[in-house]
This record gives sequence, structure tokens and C-alpha cells, in this order.
Amino acid sequence: MSDGAPERAWYEIVRDVLKQHDVSLIPYVPDNVLRPLIELLEADPFFNAFSVAREEEGLGITAGAWMAGTRAILLMQTSGFATLANQLASLSVPFQIPTMMIVSERGTLGEFNIGQMLVARTMRPVLDCLAIEHHTVTRLDEVEFIFDRSIRQAVATLGPVCFILSPLLTGGKVFAK
Amino acid sequence: MALTTNQPVTRDQAKVMNRYDITKRMLTYLHHDEAVIGGIGYSNFDLWAASESPNGRRQQNFYMLGSMGLAVPIALGVALAQPKRKVIALEGDGSILMQLAALGTVAARDQKNLTIVILDNGAYQITGGQKTLTDQGVDIVAVAKASGLEQSAWAADESAFEEMIERAMKEDGPWLIGCRIDTNKPVDTTERDPSRIRDQFMRGMGVKK
Ligand SMILES: Cc1ncc(C[n+]2csc(CCOP(=O)(O)OP(=O)(O)O)c2C)c(N)n1
Repeated sequence: MSDGAPERAWYEIVRDVLKQHDVSLIPYVPDNVLRPLIELLEADPFFNAFSVAREEEGLGITAGAWMAGTRAILLMQTSGFATLANQLASLSVPFQIPTMMIVSERGTLGEFNIGQMLVARTMRPVLDCLAIEHHTVTRLDEVEFIFDRSIRQAVATLGPVCFILSPLLTGGKVFAK
Repeated sequence: MALTTNQPVTRDQAKVMNRYDITKRMLTYLHHDEAVIGGIGYSNFDLWAASESPNGRRQQNFYMLGSMGLAVPIALGVALAQPKRKVIALEGDGSILMQLAALGTVAARDQKNLTIVILDNGAYQITGGQKTLTDQGVDIVAVAKASGLEQSAWAADESAFEEMIERAMKEDGPWLIGCRIDTNKPVDTTERDPSRIRDQFMRGMGVKK
């Protein structure tokens, strides 16, 4: 940034790090905050990004891809993560499959939907009780480090990892009529 | 319509076959290290049993021990990663009913190297034989067709099943083969050692040496 290079947005940094680590398969259930990332990945021929009907399905796809040699990451919002406890506990963790997840965080810092607020509170307890590595990304200057190091770690330790994108990073979603 | 030109049958007309027997028959048509993903329930038990041989057990099988409904998505992930390898998802009726949209996802990707075999006993057999929706009017082959999987059909009997599998292993899919099966007990029980299952499968896929 000090060298005059244009500052990259969070989603551009994420795209670049995924590419560096050869993470090319991107099933997702969309979310408004993830939109710029999804658009970027869909526009780039390096990636195979497509929507699935349920997050569970996406997790299964990433697991199969990993075992057959392709790295994948699942994109979703907090409410989508809440549908995954069983699949994480019965597939990713016991089979030692490094499921990679990006969750755009709803339910905090200005949430207007009480359901989103409540379901968001289940996310970190689920991750913690399964001992799944997770990081809440709040600042632009830490995006690259957190993603780069954690993808390496997931692959090296065969453990899932969850990147939680805080509204502090993304701006989140605010009530608009 | 590729699969059904000769003798299309409805679910009611399809012969009730045996899970172990057709799994065994299926395996005899696999000559190119095809991947097989066995779903939860008895689907993977008989896959485990049928894959036993004097040279050890087939490495290219993956056995789910939970994650009910994910045999098709896992198979799709494998198929996406290795487009030259044929991949089979072996899934029970109760399980696929839990993740029906996965059929549409396979159709939307037009995943040519993927075959889905549905073992339909009309029951959640492993949990005590309670009726599933396929015993109450839901036709998985019809659902598959409506989801965009045009090459979907019921196997009339064992020889029709063999014909279908042979063809699916040679020609472009995606394919879905519906098999009505009885409620006999499986022949063996899958060893519940997930990291070993995963390791063996990755070696079978050539991902680990
Ligand atoms: C999410 C979830 N719900 C329920 C169960 C309990 N369960 C395990 S196997 C099974 C039945 C599977 O039925 P089907 O796929 O038809 O196979 P079958 O038992 O007939 O071989 C059920 C309900 C589970 N493991 N996971």
C-alpha cells in the first residue's frame, strides 16, 4: 500500500490467496455480503464456482473433491453454517478431511433480523466443541495472513478451517427499506 | 431416451432384487478403478461385503459412517476432481430423500462421469424398517427425471441392471439407475475406522502413494 500499488478489496485478496493455494472448486449458497467474491470467482476461469441447494450438499462436494485431489472451499452465511453440525461431526472431523469454509457473519454489529442474531450465536460453540480451527477476520490488513496460514495449516493437519468474515471487514448488511 | 428404449418399467413393475447380489454384480463391471461411494444405511455394508476378495478389499470405495444423504454430493466432488474416472454413488431411498436437490445439482453440472444407483427397499431398514416415502408414492426415478437427469430408469431385473451398469461405465452420463431391493440383512458390517477408510480411498484415487 505504501509502495503506491492500489489497495485490494477483501474479496480480491481472498481470490488471490485461494488461487495461490490452488483452491479452485467453490460451491456456495449465496449471501449478499459474499456477492462481490462470488462474482469475482465466477468471472475467473481458474475457479469452478456454482450454487448448490443446501450447504450440506456443498460440504459433501468439497469432501469428495479433496479425497480425489482437488481443493475446494464452501461459501455460505451464518444461517447456512448452522445446518452443518452433523456433517462436520460425522464426515469432516472423523475422516480427517480439511473442509474449508468461508462464512459471512450475520447476527451481530447492527443485525436487524432476530432469527439471524439467534442462529449466529450457535456458530462458535459448534466450531469450538468440535475443536475446529476458526478465525474471525475483521481487518483488511490481516486477510492475507489469516487465509494463507490457515489454508496451509488445514492441509498440513487434515483439519477443517472456518473463516468468519466480520461486518468490520465487509461492512455487513444493514437494514434498508 | 437411452436407458429405457428396450423395456421401460415403472417402480411397481420392477423386480425386487437383493442388495448384496446386485452390488456384487455391479462390481464385476468395474475394470478401470471406478470410484464407488457407499451411503449410510445398509448400502455401504453390502458394498464392504461385496468388495472382499483374496487380494484384499477394493481400495476405490468410500464408506460413509454418518452424513446421511451425502453419497451423491461426495461422488459429485470426486467426479469433478477426476473427470476421466467413472464414479458411482450407491445410495438408499431414505438417504436420497433427505437430499433430493443433489440430483438437480448433478444434472445442472451435466456430470458425465457420474452414475447414481438407488437401492430402494421402501424402508429405513437399518433403523428398524420404518416406511420411507418411496413406499408411499414417491418415485425416485421420476424425481430424477424431473430434476433434469434424463438418463434415469428403473432396472427391470438383474440382467437389465447389468446392462445398464455396463453401459453407464462406457458411455456419458449422468445416469441414475433405480433398483428395488428386498429387506434382507446385509452380509457383513463395514469396519468403522474413518481415517483408514479415507486413507485407503485416497490411495485408490491415486492422490496418495
Ligand atoms: C441426519 C440423520 N438422520 C437420521 C439418521 C438415522 N439413520 C441412520 S441410517 C438411517 C436410514 C437410512 O435409510 P436408507 O438410506 O433407506 O438405507 P437402509 O437403512 O434402508 O439401508 C437413518 C434414518 C442419521 N444417521 N442421520
